[in-house]
Amino acid sequence: MLFYLTLIFACQLAGELLKVSLGLPVPGPVIGMVLLLAGLLVKGRIPDALAQVGDTLLANLSLLFVPAGVGVMLHVALIGEQALAIGAALIGSTLVTIAVTALIMQALAKPGHSDGER
Amino acid sequence: MGGDLREVWVYLATSPLLALTLTLAAYQLGFWIYRMAGFHPLLNPVLIAVIVLVSILLLTDTSYATYFEGAQFVHFMLGPATVALALPLYRQIERVRKSALAIAVSLLAGSLTAMITAVGIAMLLGASRETLISIAPKSVTAPVAMGISEQFGGLPSLTAVLVILTGIIGAALGPLVLNLIGVKDMAARGLAMGTAAHGIGTARAFQVSELAGAFSGLAMGLNALATAILLPLLWTWFF
Repeated sequence: MLFYLTLIFACQLAGELLKVSLGLPVPGPVIGMVLLLAGLLVKGRIPDALAQVGDTLLANLSLLFVPAGVGVMLHVALIGEQALAIGAALIGSTLVTIAVTALIMQALAKPGHSDGER
Repeated sequence: MGGDLREVWVYLATSPLLALTLTLAAYQLGFWIYRMAGFHPLLNPVLIAVIVLVSILLLTDTSYATYFEGAQFVHFMLGPATVALALPLYRQIERVRKSALAIAVSLLAGSLTAMITAVGIAMLLGASRETLISIAPKSVTAPVAMGISEQFGGLPSLTAVLVILTGIIGAALGPLVLNLIGVKDMAARGLAMGTAAHGIGTARAFQVSELAGAFSGLAMGLNALATAILLPLLWTWFF
């Protein structure tokens, strides 16, 4: 298990190194994600111990947002001043994005595609 | 409160242990309330934990910097957790291959819609430049969104808050919108939730159907990638 935790850290580290050395616009952890996915595709399966480590991290994903979320206390004034712009942008954009994505996916995936039904 | 208690607090507040313990406890309290309320989307555990922690910090006159010295150990794990998103992606790889084109087109359309409408609406209503870049990656999972925001002079901590609010809005109102526009296909519903509302939307999608959850998780990972690549291009193009 420790090995796979190290592997996950190493993927992130490699991602950070690639980002800096090649000047990529993509954050290091995302490059690390792509590296791990490539490794899994080469290997052809997910080792049990890696699944254990990775799924534990993902099962508690929302906990990891908390420290950053508490940062709201630094921005109470800013959010208050621009409350209308921020509120309208968040609600409007999120709901429009859901509608656009779902309608296009439904239109494209429907013909001769049985994946959607179960 | 006596002066002794105050001294004990001051002593404890300087060690990372207190902030760490409080963070874990507040989240578990939030999750307990969320479960008790039948997973009501507005009672999101992150939202509850943040409210509890901010109240404690304000009441005890503790700065965010002091709190973060301890809480950074939790925050740090966002990076490795992002790497671990490769696992659900890999598990869905067969399904992705089969409808790759449909997923790619809808994902790209959703990703662009999320960025352009968020920045557009905020700009029309007079948000500052700093707010615009902080809100642009709001549909993407927090670690990636914060990275993008930081890169272009936004406020990563503001972005994190906006990302969390976006997730809560998507989880609460998303299924209503999907019913309203008549999308019944679970793959399409999941893909939309994950694209617009990342992990919080994905958690909601899993409650509705296994298939929706899988597609939502996939969309969350892909949109992180798409936004990380597209937003810098769009941003330098527009500004």
